[in-house]
Amino acid sequence: MSHVSHTEVAPEEGVNYMTDERPIAEGEIGPGCKKRDPIVIARDVTRSFGGINAVDVEYLEIPRHKITALIGPNGAGKTTLFNLLTGFDIPQSGTWEFDGRNLAGVSSYKVARMGMVRTFQLTKVMGKLTVMENMRLGASRQQGELLRNALFKAIWGGREKEITEQADALLVKFKLDAKKDDYAASLSGGQRKLLEMARALMVQPKLVMLDEPMAGVNPALTQSLLDHIKNLKAEGMTVLFVEHDMHVVRHIADWVVVMAEGKIVSEGPPGVVMKDPAVIDAYLGAHHDVDLGAAEGIRELEAVLEADEESIVGTEDAGIIAPEVVVSGLEEEDRK
Amino acid sequence: MDIGNILLLALGEFLTPTTAAYGLAALGLAVHFGYSGLLNFGQAGFMAIGAYGFAISTLQFKVPFIVGLLIAVVAASLFALLLGVPTLRLRADYLAIVTIAAAEIVRYIVTTNTLFRITGSADGLSSFQREFDTFNPFPAGTYIFGWSNRDFYVRVISWAVVILSAVIVWLLMRSPWGRVLKGIREDENAVRSLGKNVYSYKMQALVIGGILGALAGLLFTIPRGSVQPANYATDLTFFLWTVLLLGGMSTVLGPIVGAMIFWAVLSLTQNLLSGLIESGAVTFISTVQAGQLRFILVGVALMLLMVYRPQGVFGNKKELAFA
Repeated sequence: MSHVSHTEVAPEEGVNYMTDERPIAEGEIGPGCKKRDPIVIARDVTRSFGGINAVDVEYLEIPRHKITALIGPNGAGKTTLFNLLTGFDIPQSGTWEFDGRNLAGVSSYKVARMGMVRTFQLTKVMGKLTVMENMRLGASRQQGELLRNALFKAIWGGREKEITEQADALLVKFKLDAKKDDYAASLSGGQRKLLEMARALMVQPKLVMLDEPMAGVNPALTQSLLDHIKNLKAEGMTVLFVEHDMHVVRHIADWVVVMAEGKIVSEGPPGVVMKDPAVIDAYLGAHHDVDLGAAEGIRELEAVLEADEESIVGTEDAGIIAPEVVVSGLEEEDRK
Repeated sequence: MDIGNILLLALGEFLTPTTAAYGLAALGLAVHFGYSGLLNFGQAGFMAIGAYGFAISTLQFKVPFIVGLLIAVVAASLFALLLGVPTLRLRADYLAIVTIAAAEIVRYIVTTNTLFRITGSADGLSSFQREFDTFNPFPAGTYIFGWSNRDFYVRVISWAVVILSAVIVWLLMRSPWGRVLKGIREDENAVRSLGKNVYSYKMQALVIGGILGALAGLLFTIPRGSVQPANYATDLTFFLWTVLLLGGMSTVLGPIVGAMIFWAVLSLTQNLLSGLIESGAVTFISTVQAGQLRFILVGVALMLLMVYRPQGVFGNKKELAFA
């Protein structure tokens, strides 16, 4: 994929974030390594549920103006870490900051106002509001949201127009413009994911945190969604997302953080991380020494899994996880 | 049995101050539940606070009418804050439990014999409406539907209050403020994630609906010139919910028309049944039993409505279809 068309440049630095090749890490790459320009810093953040350490992060920095993927097997604590960082859950210990501001004890809505906006793994759209009303709800600086102004349209009507224009533009980008007057409950699962993401962008955040943005989105839509996420970077935003699909991770992430059993077990650029034995171990157990982001690696994995009686790979049940699909995509990409 | 007269009586119910009071209190519930998702099962308590707040301040402290009115509104706001502070951070069910209990606490307090000098205990209070009556601009005489000038006056005032409140609620709900409330009704975490202070919005909605309840309490008591604790039991709250569901939850006109239908149907069934009993057509029940039967009929009507028109008379089917 080429993104030469994006020429938007952050004015303050004169850097095009799409083509910025400066190193992300400062010093040696490894779990908990320092970044050149971190937007989020977490120290000793722990959260346990009834004796089980859901999250136990010693040190983590999220690089600014980059797309960071947070991966890990089910139950690794990815979503819990999201909740902790955004104030939806309170850790037992630790400090964490966003953009240099300490976030410990800051309530979730204030975190969002600072510019750190999240989406949810189980999509949350307001089904009984129209798509447009969902979008408008995301907008910030609407004085009409204060009770004392609500009765007087003269105060908030102007801003409402701006908001509507902003929402219209985003809906076109996300191919939801035809649906804008429909109730959000009538949208498909994938469209709801799109709406939730578009609504989060209405806040005009500095950091967008997407919890499994691709889950349930059909493959045709996935591509355009990936482009949208890449575009966010061009507009100067930072993205942190949770995803299981390695193809997606390899395709758009600049940096990958791997969690397992609540800890950060590995981080680095996608190509490096996917060859990291700690990652493969976390995902698949000890016996697969493969690069999950490359066609060759997938073939190797396929061979091993086909020999494994408990795996559905190589049987009819494989469905869309069938390696042919993944491999052809990756080969195409490798050629470019 | 005079069918024409029975219909006229039912029509007369449309415009009574009591219907207006029910409509206004149900409008408060619409703000709470229909727009914000707050389960208030203590609207009778808010009405009682309004009525007693006005009556006690007028009789005990001899305050002017307008001050009594303000005291009623302020008392209801404080009551809402008191209920909201501990519960609005919790799930919706907790507010329901707390409100139903608080409304009963209010009723038991005003019924306490120890407070007889202030609240009149079970007898309640009366003659606090005199100053209100002196504002009556209509000269004595007979007005349309055979109303006296006072009947006419209280109806004009009651419905003016209801219409004004309805317009304000409508304006609020079409504003961005109302949009945030509707968002909270659907999913408060999603609204939180967009940077809105959900707790504060819920509190504002609770106070506004509570103030409407207190004003409804005034419309309920001032025309009849007396307030008795027995009128503010939990059944009042559940009649208000019936009214709300009849008309449509997330609408402004719904609760008001719902109150009209509720009282017209009650009057119609009461008069029809007693007419049938008196004329000898129905022999297996007494008129006293008929009085109870009409509430059963209201229940049946509500069930049929929920099955065949769950959104109420004015509700939007689409707002329910995917629930």
